[in-house]
Order: sequence, then C-alpha cells, then structure tokens
Amino acid sequence: MTYGPHTIADRQRMLAALGLDSIDGLFADIPAAVRANGLDLPPALDELSLARRLEALAGRNQPGLTSFLGAGTYRHHIPPTVDAILSRGEFYTAYTPYQPEISQGTLQTIYEYQSLVAELTGLDVVSASHYDGGAATAEAALMTVRATRRERVLVSRAVHRHFVDTTRTYFEGGRLTLDELPTLADGTTDLAALERELGDAGRPVAGVLLGQPNCFGILEPMAEAARLAHAAGALFVAVVEPVSLAVLAPPAECGADIAVGEGQPLGIALQYGGPYLGILAARADLVRQVPGRLVGRTTDIEGRRAYVMTLRAREQDIRRDKAASNICTNQALCALAATVYLATLGPHGLRDVAALGAARAAELEEALAAAGAPRVHDGAYLNEFAVRVPAARSVHAALLEHGILAGLVLADWYPDDPELRDALLVCATEVTTSDDIERFAAALREVSA
Amino acid sequence: MTAVSEPVVGLAIEGSPAQPAEPGVRAVVGPGLQPTLAELSRPGRGTTKVPHPPPGALERIPQTQRRARPLAVPELAEPEVIRHFVNLSQLNYSVDTGFYPLGSCTMKYNPKINEWAARLPGFAALHPLSPDVAAQGTLELMWELEQWLIEISGMTAVTLQPAAGAHGELTGILMIRAYHQARGDIERTEVIVPDSSHGTNPATASMAGFQTVTVKSDDAGQIDLDALRAALGPRTAAVMITNPSTLGLFETRISELLEAVHGAGALAYMDGANMNAILGKFRPGAAGFDVMHFNTHKTFSTPHGGGGPGAGPVAVNEKLLPFLPWPRVLREGLGFRLERRGERPSSIGRVRSYQGSIGVLVRAYAYLLAHGGDGLEQVSEDAVLAANYLRGRLADTYEMPFAQVSKHEFVASAQRLRAETGVRMLDIAKRLVDKGFHPPTIYFPLTVEECMLVEPTETESVETIDAFADALIEIAAEARHDPDLVREAPHDSPVRRLDEATAARQPDLHWRPLTGAEPVCPQ
Repeated sequence: MTYGPHTIADRQRMLAALGLDSIDGLFADIPAAVRANGLDLPPALDELSLARRLEALAGRNQPGLTSFLGAGTYRHHIPPTVDAILSRGEFYTAYTPYQPEISQGTLQTIYEYQSLVAELTGLDVVSASHYDGGAATAEAALMTVRATRRERVLVSRAVHRHFVDTTRTYFEGGRLTLDELPTLADGTTDLAALERELGDAGRPVAGVLLGQPNCFGILEPMAEAARLAHAAGALFVAVVEPVSLAVLAPPAECGADIAVGEGQPLGIALQYGGPYLGILAARADLVRQVPGRLVGRTTDIEGRRAYVMTLRAREQDIRRDKAASNICTNQALCALAATVYLATLGPHGLRDVAALGAARAAELEEALAAAGAPRVHDGAYLNEFAVRVPAARSVHAALLEHGILAGLVLADWYPDDPELRDALLVCATEVTTSDDIERFAAALREVSA
Repeated sequence: MTAVSEPVVGLAIEGSPAQPAEPGVRAVVGPGLQPTLAELSRPGRGTTKVPHPPPGALERIPQTQRRARPLAVPELAEPEVIRHFVNLSQLNYSVDTGFYPLGSCTMKYNPKINEWAARLPGFAALHPLSPDVAAQGTLELMWELEQWLIEISGMTAVTLQPAAGAHGELTGILMIRAYHQARGDIERTEVIVPDSSHGTNPATASMAGFQTVTVKSDDAGQIDLDALRAALGPRTAAVMITNPSTLGLFETRISELLEAVHGAGALAYMDGANMNAILGKFRPGAAGFDVMHFNTHKTFSTPHGGGGPGAGPVAVNEKLLPFLPWPRVLREGLGFRLERRGERPSSIGRVRSYQGSIGVLVRAYAYLLAHGGDGLEQVSEDAVLAANYLRGRLADTYEMPFAQVSKHEFVASAQRLRAETGVRMLDIAKRLVDKGFHPPTIYFPLTVEECMLVEPTETESVETIDAFADALIEIAAEARHDPDLVREAPHDSPVRRLDEATAARQPDLHWRPLTGAEPVCPQ
C-alpha cells in the first residue's frame, strides 16, 4: 500500500503534460551502470496485517516488570494532557518554523520551553533543543573548549556513563582531551583530585563536568567544585536531572555556567532510548557559543507580539563550517512534551513528584537493607542509590524470573572497578508503590537464600 | 525584558504572574494570538496529578543542597492548559492542514498507523536499559529495519543510533577518520563539499576537526569533475556528495566522481537527504559510495515535529564496518542481543545515550512494511513525476536554471521578475501564505540567485499541485500590477512580518521570573 492519491489517470495526465509516455523518461539521467532494478524487501502489508505484525512485535517486549531501573531514564506518571497535545497534527506535522507568520504556535511553545528551563536552571539562554542528555553533554564540553580556547575537559567518572562515552566519541581522534575524575567512598567526586588536575599549568582545563545527582544517585558538592573550576579559569558544567530541580538548588546558584541533562523525565515515554530531549542552558554571556535553536520575542510590523528564531548566525545553514554545531533537526516535539508536562503539573505537582520519589526511595533503602542489601555509598541521595548484593549479576537475573527488574548491574558500566563488582543501582519514583518495594525485598531474600 | 547582554538574571522577586505589556507594544495579545503560560498563571491553580508526599520527605537532603526559593513555574488548571496549547496549535501551518512544499525537507504525509504503533505500550514503555530478554520485540524490529536499509542502500551494515541527519553525518565522518587512522594514514585533514551542499556538511566536517574545502558546481548544476580532481589529494579524507544534489539533479557522472575520490585514497560520503527520489532506482553502496545516512523524517514519513525529532540511520560498506558505533544489534540463534561494552574495540564508540530514537524508528519500520519494494519504487516515481509536472507548469513564469530532468524537487528563480518589478523571492514566499500554502525553501541552495527549492512529494494530489502552480503564476502577475501587495505580504496570517533585527539586537529569550512569593497549594 502507498499513501499517495494518484490514480492511473492522474499519472497519465501528468506524464502527457511532460510529453512522456512512461515514467522511465524521468529516470533516464541515472546511468545504466549504476541504475538499480527494484528492491528485494518483504511484500507490502495492508493496514490490518501491518497492525497485527506491530502488535506481535510489541508483545514480545516486557515493559510491565516491577521496575527499580532508572540510571538516567525514569518511569513517571505522564498526564494524558501531554499526548493529547503531542497528537495535534498542527504541531507534529509541521517543521522548523522558518516562516514565523504561520508558525507562531511552535515558536511560542519553544519560547515557553526556554522560559521554563530557565526557571528550573536559573540560566538565561536555553537551547531548544538537543538530541538527548548524552549529545547535550558532548555539546557542552565542546562549548567550554570554544569559550576558553583550551583543549582539555575534566569529567567526573560519576557522570552518566553514556554521556561520558558520547563525549569521548565526539572528542576522539581530534586534538581534544577528556580526562575522568575519580570518586570517593561516599560516592561523590574527589575534589582534591579535581584541584590537582586543575593545577597542572601545562594542561589548562576548559571545562569541568559533574552530575547532580550523579550516576550513583549521590548529591555532589557542586558549589565547591564550581569554585575550584572558576579559580582555574575553567567553566563549570552541571549535568542535571530536571525533575530533581523542583527540590534541589538550581545549577546557576551552585555556580554552573552551563547546565545540561536528559529531559526524558519531563513527560517523555521511555521508548527504549528515544526520542528524548537534550537540555542545554547557559549563562547569558555565553550566548554566541550556544549550539542549536533559540527563539526570541519581538513584534510584527503592526506592533503585535510575536516570536521568531533568532541569533541565527550561530547555525549551520548560515555559518556552514564556522557554525557553533552541525545540529539542524532537533527534538522540538519532545521539548513541547516537556512544556505541556510542566504546565500540567505546575510547581506543586513537580515538587510532589520529586519529593514522593525521595520518600519511596527512603522506604526502598530501608527494605533492601533489611533484606541484606545495604547501600554502597554513604553520601546523601535523592531517589536513586547503589546497594551491595553478593553475586549481583546472577541475583539480578534471578529476580527477573520473579518479574522484578532490580535496577542496573553497575559492573556493566564499571567493569574494572572492584568496589562496584557486586552492586545494583536502584531507584524509586512516584509510580513505585509500597507493594512493589515489599515484593522486591521478599524476592531478594528468597533468591539470596 | 531581559537582555542577554545583562549578567545572569538572578532569581529576582518582582512582578505579578500576569505581566503587563511593555511600553511600545500595542497589545499583549493580538487577534488570534495567545497569552503566555506565565500570563495565564494564577497562584493556587492546578490539578492534582500524583499523591502528596508524606511530610518530611526531603528532610534527609542537606539544607545546602535544597532549592531555597520555591519553583516559579506557571500554575494552571488542566482545562486552561489544554486550551492554551490547542489555541497555539491553530497558529501553525502543517502537513495535516495544507500543502508544504519545503524543498530538501520532504514534507510528505505522516501515516496515522505509525503514530498508533509507536504508542503501543510494548514499545513506548520499555526502559532503554532493559535486559535483552525483555526487549526481544524491539530488538527484532531494529534488526529487521537494519536489513531493509541495507537493501535500500546497497551497503553492508547499518547503525540506527544517530538521532538526525546531521548526527548521522558526524557518525559517518568520525568513522572515516577512524578508518584512515587505523591504516596509519594520518595526514588527511580535509573534507571536500560541493558549493550546493547542505550547511550541515561543512559544519559536520568542522565539528569532527577537519578543514572544509569547497568545490564549485558547473553551469549545468553538476559537480565540476575537473575542480574536484584538482581539490583531491593526499590530505583529502572524504568527499561529501548529496545525490540527487540540493538542486534536485542526479549527478550523472557519479561513477567518474567516485573513481576520482577513491583514486585519491579518500572515502565517499553520501548525504541521503534526497533518497525520496531514487528508492529502488539507485543504490549508493552498489554504485561505490562508502557510507551514507538516511533521514527517516524525510524519506520514511516519520513526522518532522516542528523541528524534530528525526532519526539518521547510517549505512556503511565493508571498509567502515569495524568502526560502527556500539552497541550493534546482533542476531544469535533465535534471539537478538545488544553488543556489550568493549566487545568490539575498533568501534568509534557511542554517539548518543542508549540505542537510538526507537520511537521514530518504529514509525519508519511501519512505513517500509506498508510499502514493500514495489511500493517504495512507486513513491519515488510519484515524487519525481509530481516535481517535474509542477516545474513544467511554472516554466513560463519563473526561470528554470537547469535543463536536466529534475528528481523529487526543482530549483526555480525569480531573477527576471525581480529585475522587472523589484519583488524578491522572499516577497513571493510571503504572498503564498496569503494564498493558503506553505512557501518552498527560499535562497537555498546558495548557488542560484532569487531561488526557491520546491518539493511537492508523492502524497499531494494533482489538484493541489495545480492550485499551487496557479497561485505562483498569479503572484507573478500581482508583482507586475500591484507590487506592494506582494511586498507587504502576508496580509491574512496570524501575525505579519516580524521585526527580526530587534529580536537579534535585544534578545528576549524567556519571560521574567514569575514571582518569589510562596505559592499557595492547590486544593
């Protein structure tokens, strides 16, 4: 099946207008030597058969496990308002608002997204948007390089592994260096090591990246790390989780010059990894270095308020090889999801989501400790933490048989760290119930016995 | 409003939730326009969505780590939220509401079953770090989709990880660098692009640490083979070619071009933005390209989303196979699994978190399976037919700078009209808005003056295409009889032409902080 409207008569009419009797005339410019002869693909399906095929595939996944898995991507209640708006064809079948006169819907929602993220982070310039938390982190690292004209970036090993991996790929093979900072027994980044690295005058540092909470779920001494970075002339980048910003100090107040993060928790479905939302916000004076789209408020010729893409001289279609980034297509619809999510929940709703997650996590900590799985780190956490479980990998697999997804086997991310060989990273959010927690603890006792 | 030249806007406590219009702005809200969420906010409004947390839930968080000032995001009841965004949606032009012939973007219809499929809980609610055993359906879908893209591209392997076309370009160029380095060929610091290329090509080369070298097109719109040969050398890492080009023309000397590239020891990257013209007609890998990306939001009907998300799968031949990003999807026995960390040390690494924009790829999968091979070939035939038909309808009114048959899009120029009337292509585009159409891409490619790049796609009826042609012909007549009517367009849109200079000179990128007052809890 195809979705085109052309009848045989329509095609004949168009061909006749062109003086052709066959479509082949329109492909005569492809030399015979490279001309393909059709495609060997599965036969076309009608819509009903297609729906059955897709349902069968979806049915082979197990999204309904009792899950304590987070690690940078979190299950939350998504109010149906979000999908009601995302399903509006006027939003999802439009493109980049190149013609502002007929794109005010998209443009205003982007301005509102920028305003909401500015409020969450305390930072003035919000890019709308990047591919995901990993790509946003890599872009922020590159920003610090451009802004300082230095070529070395320090990242805590407790920043999300995939974000570090992604940044390393972006840096690989070029002139840039990415060095990792160690962590302490309490799960926070080793600031003495940071100070030493920053003191290496021969290798000046462009930027310092720390996660808040970090990927062990632990709250970092952000303000102190920022102070050290600034004293050495480096920029400080906070890698944040947006829901936590309802209750944690905003990055700007901690001294962050740039904040990045994965926006998925703001009303975006898990979808096995994407599409998600790369959040990137920066201090006002870094605006020329900010990659990606910006929308500003202005007026039309009749004085009416209106919105338009602005400061475009940073973007690839204008600046080509001098652009701040190559990004073109972004995650606008995911930014819209975040905007609707925040508008629906409001300040109290978002704070309740964050606080309820913290309360459930405390409950989880207690239950797991009683079941013989104490925390690995003793630093403060919000809603995620690591627990020590002997033979963590096989316990994790055994719990899966009980319908429980017991978080992340941390050895998958830190295969060389003996401290984390027998550790699971577990989280709770507002959707976690006391029943879930009891089931987890009981099953853990059973499989450990 | 806040100018970005000022220091960080702190968390000033000022103003009321409903902001008055600043002096000089005629009305806070013009006809049909919508207040901001901040202006609609009233303390105490809201709709309870989750249980209230127990008291003291945050007490174990150190005071110094907690937010001191309450979060000042807007407070609205659910009905107001919905009305706000629905009203805003109606200020947009979209494929679902009309003809959107934006060249180089392939604004085809987005089938609704694709939207339904991506929302199936089995796909939508699956955590990206789920164990492979819990993700067999999605892994199978990814593996099958890879096989189909291999067939369409004529390549050896595919990665689904890149999030968009430009991201695919970066992935491809990083693999090319890894390829040369693995061979000890470390002096290759240049990437060649034609002058008609998408801006993402040179921007990608820079981002990956290469210098961009631009080669001119010839008068017929083809890459100048002699200029390319002159630019190629021992420093060339890659040549990025869009085929069909951004002029909508197939590169007829593609075999000679590729021979020259490979003769210099460089690799050939194909920007697949224009694949909608050549499905089943030209397989880039079979023709000699080493790597290419697809834009699923162009060729395979995944929605453009007001700017994104898209997906940019990358296909490679044997040369680049070892360098593909990890994790790849592997088939083992009857099942599927993801590559593990460190399993393939030659990989360039991850280019993003997790496995890719799977929700987008589900839609692309549904599209491909709905069409099959013959259906896809029909797509390209209809897209090319529509473009050439529309070009023919306009040939007496606008200049067609290239004689060669067009593929899925064509360039037309209004140079003559401008010389005669002073009316520019920008004005013509704005006047199209009054006539109910989204304008084509204008002033791109950069190589043709006063140009528009028109891409009707295969999902528009001949009646729609005729109506659009009539509108463009009518505008040309208006330009001669009443040029101001065109120059001052649009007249009937929600807003008229914007003051973009002020927007850039005094950037206002967010509303003022709402209020620092302790919010009242909703009842």
